[in-house]
Amino acid sequence: MADNSIEVKNLYKIFGAHGEKYIEAVENGMSKDDLNAKHGHVLGLKNINIHMPSAKIQVIMGLSGSGKSTMIRHINRLIDPTAGEVIFQGEDVCKMSKADLQEFRRHKTAMVFQKFALLPHRTVVDNTVFGLELQGVDKKERHDRAMHWLKRVGLEGFENNYPNQLSGGMQQRVGLARALTNDADILLMDEAFSALDPLIRMDMQTILLELQKDLQKTIVFITHDLDEALRLGDQIAILRDGAVIQQGTGQEIVLNPADSYIADFIKEVNRGRVIRVDTIMTGANGGSSITIPSGSRLEHAAKLMVESGEAEANIVDDKNSAIGAITLKSAIDAMVTPAAH
Amino acid sequence: MSTDNTEAGLNLTELLTEFPEMSRGDLRDFKKGIDETFRDFTREWGESIEGFFVPLLKILVWFEKLVVATPWPLMIVILAALVYAGARSWGLVAGTVASLLVIGYLGMWEDMMFTLALISVATALCIIIGIPLGILMSKSDRTQAVITPVLDFMQTIPSFVYLIPILMLLGIGKVPGLIAVCIYAIPPVVRLTNLGIRLVDKDVLEAADAFGASPRQKLFTVQLPLALPNIFAGVNQTIMMALAMVVVAALIGVQGLGSEVLKAVNNQYLALGLMNGSAIVAIAIVFDRVSQKFGKRLQKHSEVIHG
Ligand SMILES: Nc1ncnc2c1ncn2[C@@H]1O[C@H](COP(=O)(O)OP(=O)(O)OP(=O)(O)O)[C@@H](O)[C@H]1O
Ligand SMILES: [Mg+2]
Repeated sequence: MADNSIEVKNLYKIFGAHGEKYIEAVENGMSKDDLNAKHGHVLGLKNINIHMPSAKIQVIMGLSGSGKSTMIRHINRLIDPTAGEVIFQGEDVCKMSKADLQEFRRHKTAMVFQKFALLPHRTVVDNTVFGLELQGVDKKERHDRAMHWLKRVGLEGFENNYPNQLSGGMQQRVGLARALTNDADILLMDEAFSALDPLIRMDMQTILLELQKDLQKTIVFITHDLDEALRLGDQIAILRDGAVIQQGTGQEIVLNPADSYIADFIKEVNRGRVIRVDTIMTGANGGSSITIPSGSRLEHAAKLMVESGEAEANIVDDKNSAIGAITLKSAIDAMVTPAAH
Repeated sequence: MSTDNTEAGLNLTELLTEFPEMSRGDLRDFKKGIDETFRDFTREWGESIEGFFVPLLKILVWFEKLVVATPWPLMIVILAALVYAGARSWGLVAGTVASLLVIGYLGMWEDMMFTLALISVATALCIIIGIPLGILMSKSDRTQAVITPVLDFMQTIPSFVYLIPILMLLGIGKVPGLIAVCIYAIPPVVRLTNLGIRLVDKDVLEAADAFGASPRQKLFTVQLPLALPNIFAGVNQTIMMALAMVVVAALIGVQGLGSEVLKAVNNQYLALGLMNGSAIVAIAIVFDRVSQKFGKRLQKHSEVIHG
């Protein structure tokens, strides 16, 4: 499979008329507030380096104003960087000509927006074909492809409705179908589910995870919600004031928060749904009757043990051979938030 | 000493009450200079400018002939069909047919046809020129800064004032009348096209960019469709303003309901004035209702219900 990873290197964005003048000052530690107060420029991103793995979901998380939207808009260059590179398939997106960039956006990326950004004067299916229409794909083909994806996101029968006749959750499914119909390698989602209420949001997350199983796209997913980040993210990067303050898997971040800011952030997290059995298992001793697949989350493992009345379980790899064991006590210990934080 | 003082005082009052105007001779020369320059320009270019407008004249004359030659029952059917197509309202169709019948019965059919032809051609011209101008204006703040004061000027200067150069250049006739109407009526389409495009939701525009729309694709698939309700409001205003100009256009030789009103004014014919005036109002109401209903239909799916 082609390598569709995205490499963000030394990316800086300083909003204002002469952003490039202040890169050095920012490198030397000038804060966002100082930059704004002294020079009237806004620090958007500061020395971002992220390797976004191919065919995985990369989550970018942070509070409002931390630079998430700015970051994701550099990947399809809706925002031009002040300095730095975004490499995809060996090419720097930031250096593309206008024409190349247009082709890149048409064929390599698709985007889902927080406020849906559907065309209100077009029906659901006419919205869904939008990307293909811009590419110049012929009418019959684009209609068929759009209908396929509308079906996949559960909107069959609604294709002739207008966006304002649909609920928010359904509108965002249109947004998702529109992006998927493009069949691009990269899927960019800027707080795509943030405007939806919690139940619909869980639904949409489930749909996305289901689809990703066979889509295998490189997804960049923005959220300010930690539970969403942990549920979706194969990898998570946390932004604060335009800088990455920690990146890794959800488990790595929950187990080893880089600073007190992140520790605060993860305090309320359901650790049983983040930490995997592999993290706490001990050497194989095989004394139990139940087996739990490697990679399972603690909550799931604890549930299996409780249901079977066993205090121990064997962890097995995908060839079903034992690679370790856990006890119910160790699982529960790891699920309880450590007092230190 | 004291006499000097009173004299100085007198001079001061004089200075404050009498405006320090240009000397009579200079002023005369100044005006004469402008008049003569323009007259020379007219002599030099008048004919080629007239030639430039010949196609316009041909279209207008052709359209007038077509409309006048169309048998009246057919015309009523056509107009009723247009009203229905635009407004989808049987009530409005009935009202339109009734007004047409009354106007015809009162002997104003042909004049009304001339006026309809003028308004239609003027509106078409305003749209053909106005929408591209509005698009241009929406593309850059600098263009907007240049065109806006020109539009303000066109809308506020008394129309009789620009009749003068038009008359000097083109004389009396249909084309100068048409141009006078257009100058007065074009600003709303331009303004509202510009406004409509500028008001298009930034998020939707960003989506178009993200999917790789070229500027042209963006204009035709996003900006114009979303600006259409506003553009249409502009067209509606343009039609109304064109109708308001028919009497002024009659002053420079355009035949129609306007020229009858003018005749009534000159001869103090109250009934003639009222009848033709009411006919203009009836046409205005029909145009207005139809275009408003049509505009509403355009807007049907634009309002956002879910956030
Ligand atoms: N065009 C701009 N001009 C100036 N400053 C900007 C611009 N766009 C964003 N910023 C600033 O950059 C910072 C990051 O903004 P950004 O929109 O990326 O944040 P975010 O993490 O997406 O926040 P939210 O969760 O509210 O969407 C903010 O301080 C913002 O004010
Ligand atoms: Mg944002």
